[in-house]
Amino acid sequence: MTDISHHLTDELLLGYAAGSLPEAFNLVVATHISLCDECRARLGAYEAIGGAMLEEVGMNAGTAELAIELDAVLAAIDAAPAEPPKPKRAPGVFPTALQDYVGGDLEAVKWRGIGMGVKQAILKTSNKASVRLLRIPAGTAMPDHGHHGTELTLVLQGAFKDESDRFARGDIEIATEDDHHTPIADDGPDCICLAATDAPLKFRGLLPKIAQRFARI
Amino acid sequence: MLSEIDTTEPPGRVLLDAKASAQVSNATPTAKLKSVSSSMTEETQWIDCMSRIHTSQDREAFAALFNHFGPRVKAFLMKSGSSASMAEECTQDVMVTLWRKAHMFDPARASVSTWIFTIARNRRIDLLRKERRPEPDELTWGPEAEPEQTDVIALQQESAILSKALADLPEKQRSLIQKAYFGDLTHSEIAEQTGLPLGTIKSRIRLALERLRHAMK
Repeated sequence: MTDISHHLTDELLLGYAAGSLPEAFNLVVATHISLCDECRARLGAYEAIGGAMLEEVGMNAGTAELAIELDAVLAAIDAAPAEPPKPKRAPGVFPTALQDYVGGDLEAVKWRGIGMGVKQAILKTSNKASVRLLRIPAGTAMPDHGHHGTELTLVLQGAFKDESDRFARGDIEIATEDDHHTPIADDGPDCICLAATDAPLKFRGLLPKIAQRFARI
Repeated sequence: MLSEIDTTEPPGRVLLDAKASAQVSNATPTAKLKSVSSSMTEETQWIDCMSRIHTSQDREAFAALFNHFGPRVKAFLMKSGSSASMAEECTQDVMVTLWRKAHMFDPARASVSTWIFTIARNRRIDLLRKERRPEPDELTWGPEAEPEQTDVIALQQESAILSKALADLPEKQRSLIQKAYFGDLTHSEIAEQTGLPLGTIKSRIRLALERLRHAMK
């Protein structure tokens, strides 16, 4: 847990704390934080800003417009049945936030081949952004691609390398429109990543472009 | 003068201004201490209310929290674009959640206002966006570990300093932070709404965060 070297940006942490990121990004951020104590601590600071702003927003808290019925809430408390405890999932290869979307750990993923031995599973979120699991055999390159928007790639198993760096479990790569890279899965077990993007990726060359339509990357 | 800080400012100038503002606040140490200690007393009272709800389902303690935080939560939701009736319903849910999850509140990890902010934020995502909110795995501290008093006090001091630092931000920076937290807006959406270039927004938010970090040192 201590050797994560690629972390979340301030912008992503602020967005997650404020609740303004698309659901797909929230999932990647929550999964990273489950693995990274440093980003968890940083998130605490961003949530504290929200708390401080909440104190301040009520400078005119006495106004009638903001009045709430206490009785209604007390009645709701009386009426509400005790919350059934949620079945606890044990973290496996996937932290529990991700398991909730997959419906289980690694063995529950419904993989689909997308060529060159690469497999993916798209997870269901709101359509502002998309998120999927990728499984890439060691030594295999992902098609060379650039980005329209922002792409987050979080490694859950194995590792990948691109031109400048190596990413292993817990590391997150944040690529924007300016980046053009060719990630290659490193030696060892298949590289499994959680990848979210808020725009379709653009591939160079004809073949991947057609494949892209079918694969919905 | 402080509010004039903009992207065009070289970084050296910002540093100078940060020093200048530190001097200004040093000039009135008693005033600063006074405001910090009064918000700490208030926080001690809210922590006490939380523990009374948890240990003895104390409705008076709940009413005290309700009267203070209810209108603030409602104001927060209305600033996020919710209608008055939706905000009221959502606030009631937030307060019921506070009652039910009081046992999960840990004063060594978050202030009461921060904890309530996170509940309200999640409820907003749930109700207004109809999305799920993935959360990081809970840290396990061992069996029902009691928070250390020194940690609780340290957190209170930090929260008070943070509130003061937020209030001291130049207006241009503070209003952007506010939009980011309350408007449910990403940086690009703030750019559209304000007509400011995205770069300006990013750099103002970055400057605001730098100032907060400086104040928290």
